[in-house]
Amino acid sequence: MPRINSPAKLEELRKSILSKRDPNKPCITLCSGTACHASGSKEVAASIEEEIKKQGLSAKVDFRKTGCHGFCEKGPIIVIHPEKICYLQIEPKDVPEIISQTIKGKKVIERLLYTDPSTNEKMVHEFEIPFYKNQERLVFGSNGEIDPASIDDYLALGGYSALAKALSQMTPEQVLEEVKKSNLRGRGGGGFPTGRKWEECRNAPGEIRYVIVNADEGDPGAYMDRSLLEGNPHSVLEGLTIGAYAIGSHEGYIYVRQEYPLAVENVGIAIKQAQEYGFLGENIFGSGFDFTVKVHRGAGAFVSGESSALMTAIEGRVGEPRPKYIHTAIKGVRDRPSCLNNVETWATVPLIINKGADWFAKLGTEGSKGTKIFSLVGKVNNTGLVEVPMGITLRDIIYKLGGGIPGDKKFKAVQTGGPSGGCIPEEQLDMKVDFDELAKAGSMMGSGGMIVMDEDTCMVDVARYFLDFLSDESCGKCVPCREGIRQMLKILTNISKGKGKEGDIELLEELSEVTRDASLCALGRTAANPVLSTIRYFRDEYEAHIKEKRCPAYVCKALISYYIDPEKCQACMICLRQCPTGAIAGGKSQIHVIDQEKCTKCGTCFEVCPPRFGAVKKISGEPVPSPIPEEARVIARKSKENE
Amino acid sequence: MSEITLQIDGREVKAEEGMTILEAAQSAGISIPTLCHHEKLEPYGACRICTVEIEARGRTNLVAACLYPVEQNLVVRTRSEKVDKTRKVLLELMLAHAPDAAELQDLAQEYGADKARFEKESSFCILCGLCVRYCAEVKKKNAIGFVDRGTRREVIFIPEIASKECWDCKECFPLCPTEALQATFLLTKALMSPASPSAPESEE
Amino acid sequence: MKERKEVKTAATSNGKIDQIIDKYQGDASALIQALLEIQSEHHWLPKEALDKVSKKLEVPLNQIQHVATFYKAFSLVPRGRHQIQVCMGTACHIRGAPRVLDRVQDLTGIRPGETDLDLKFSLETVNCLGCCAMGPVMVVDGKYHGKTVPAKVGDVLKNYD
Repeated sequence: MPRINSPAKLEELRKSILSKRDPNKPCITLCSGTACHASGSKEVAASIEEEIKKQGLSAKVDFRKTGCHGFCEKGPIIVIHPEKICYLQIEPKDVPEIISQTIKGKKVIERLLYTDPSTNEKMVHEFEIPFYKNQERLVFGSNGEIDPASIDDYLALGGYSALAKALSQMTPEQVLEEVKKSNLRGRGGGGFPTGRKWEECRNAPGEIRYVIVNADEGDPGAYMDRSLLEGNPHSVLEGLTIGAYAIGSHEGYIYVRQEYPLAVENVGIAIKQAQEYGFLGENIFGSGFDFTVKVHRGAGAFVSGESSALMTAIEGRVGEPRPKYIHTAIKGVRDRPSCLNNVETWATVPLIINKGADWFAKLGTEGSKGTKIFSLVGKVNNTGLVEVPMGITLRDIIYKLGGGIPGDKKFKAVQTGGPSGGCIPEEQLDMKVDFDELAKAGSMMGSGGMIVMDEDTCMVDVARYFLDFLSDESCGKCVPCREGIRQMLKILTNISKGKGKEGDIELLEELSEVTRDASLCALGRTAANPVLSTIRYFRDEYEAHIKEKRCPAYVCKALISYYIDPEKCQACMICLRQCPTGAIAGGKSQIHVIDQEKCTKCGTCFEVCPPRFGAVKKISGEPVPSPIPEEARVIARKSKENE
Repeated sequence: MSEITLQIDGREVKAEEGMTILEAAQSAGISIPTLCHHEKLEPYGACRICTVEIEARGRTNLVAACLYPVEQNLVVRTRSEKVDKTRKVLLELMLAHAPDAAELQDLAQEYGADKARFEKESSFCILCGLCVRYCAEVKKKNAIGFVDRGTRREVIFIPEIASKECWDCKECFPLCPTEALQATFLLTKALMSPASPSAPESEE
Repeated sequence: MKERKEVKTAATSNGKIDQIIDKYQGDASALIQALLEIQSEHHWLPKEALDKVSKKLEVPLNQIQHVATFYKAFSLVPRGRHQIQVCMGTACHIRGAPRVLDRVQDLTGIRPGETDLDLKFSLETVNCLGCCAMGPVMVVDGKYHGKTVPAKVGDVLKNYD
């Protein structure tokens, strides 16, 4: 690859790449992110390659494996260019038809299209599907067009032009001013003004300073950074290099959690390719600016994603947080000024440089500019990654984009901010999503995880779940976090087991206060948020568990029992056969009875009882009725079996 | 180093840039309780008993005095309702591990901490880290260290190093705020396992 | 504390491990990266390897021990032939992952972080695989099983020996 040592040469290269690409040539793009891999996109890819060859179309049809498209519920996803026909949930067996009918025959295959669940209308193009239509995919949108292993794809879309502009037309101070003007706030969770952090780092005393990409993404349920890094690594590299220029750093780190092997691989490829073209290394674009990047892998610790802990891990030591009375922007890695930002934050920078701070500041709310990528998951129909302007309501995200709650269940809460966040109830669904509004409601933006919960979710169990997570992930160094979480978890576990006592809620609140006020780092300081927000909005559930030994959502195993209603049971044997512990007694004409001693509350019987019978009930807070006597269990069949 | 004037408990205190609130307070004869602090060791900030209330830039906050650097015009309160409540609960959390530890008794009395508030935990150790840090920073032997994380975090001796170094040293034992005996117990137990890595190891 | 039973393995591929360690000689800050490579190559961290790393990278053994026990990626005991991962991310949790995990524990006899005595299965929980649409998710030897329910676990696991 030729070294591109001036912006002019970059434009030449771009023109050359584009000239070799015919925008009207059919191109099949297949989502190859980790989630689609899990749904079988590798097999679909193999099928496509085979079929293209088989039908003699190798010269006539392009095939591109791209990064995550975001609509993970419907993966694997194919988009056929130039028409942008979108096919969902593709299996290898669909491929020959796609090639023959759509590629060759230019005909749309109806059954592979998106169907609107309420109108039954079929939608041909990606941009018509409500899930995509209501998004503003500024940062994430390119994922569908790029093969992450091909820097030329990124260049074809205008990649690295922001870096060229910054290095050749702007001074570092001007780049810094632009980012400050945009009011971009960190997308990793804290929401700290990015421009201010850059400035602090730039002005800190010292010769050497570092820029760092935080790709540790530990919040369970959040995978935006992974998809961005896997699918469009160059956007992150370009943003990082621009930031390094503004700050005066010549060495960068990308800290990727080791649970993301594809991201590690794709970033490695991207770095190599960028180096070959000269977008990384010495004298970038002939500007005299040098910058190199190293990848550092995490080793499986949520707390190491905290900025000071991450820097300690880069030094090779145990990734425990340090006190941040002196900001890491002033004293970070090896006590040198270090500017750490999230993947999404860095990826937003090229857009701001290219289109300007004013353009960016037009989107979003007063306090939160631009867009944010959320992972919309849980009890929601359209699970996936969505990028929306700040200020959109929770209701719109969950219902317009998310398609509402599956199975006609009732919405209960949406959890944001991971283990540092809180649960937001129905009354607040019209909240405009931004950093400050979420904080006011007792939660936080966090990295963007948005877990939708329905009537079958127990909020006490949710609080216990997060504390359990934190008791494992806390570094354990300081007393308030380690011991505070230990005791809070004990209390919550007791409550979920029916051993709650009067005064438990007050004790939880007291411990929360100490943990919040005295902990060394943000993990400890925010550890109580899930507890406090669930107490705030769902106190009645806590009280039911404590006072009535009842779990209103029928989740806490120690407080529920499964019971087969003898009036409704038709002795179909389905639950009996599927019970993993053989706890159900009965026969073909014998009403089934669950042996409560053997029952492990796995819920299988409840799931498999045919809906037209609906004989399995969940009971909580009251004793299980005694089994009816054996003689009464015989069903008199009229003529043949009621199967 | 430039001079800094700050206020601690209503008194004007002169300190040098780079000092911590704890150092400044000690120099002015104002006492702040500590457990994991030691003059020969780098400040650690694990026990949080030195938590004090500060006012800076118009905001009130709770910080660890042993680590927070002094600032011009900083206002510090070493006792307040919030500070006292925090210290009380921290003590109660630690007393769950070591209810009879001598060093905790006086503090417990002063702050009204109830040693029976939380159920007794199985380990005496409050993970102040004095033993680990002393062996690393002063003796430079690293015969003892932390393992694991979260609520499972513990302190253990490295058998092959401890068997060589510890019998003649034991300087960390009196540092332990909870049970010096515990330290001996751990050491002995560790020494019962053969030091050589190629010999079969008995189950702990 | 994690159990530290040291199982004698027939041949610890010391050659490869030595190569990895030599690469990072004298670079204490590379400790975590070096251990990750050894773990990846050898599937666990034998004591001899930790001793070598301590000498070559010039890091005290107690620090290495803390790193090796602090991070989930490392195992101080040999792992089983088959790795089971059950996702316990929030989305999977509310879709019923704990019951799936219970069932796996019942059938394998081990808890997360453990390996069975036959060295057949190692079990671990992971905090989010990013396949929330398919939750609850269970991965065995890299193969993803989506929409897992307790009743199906036995069928999945019996395919592995």
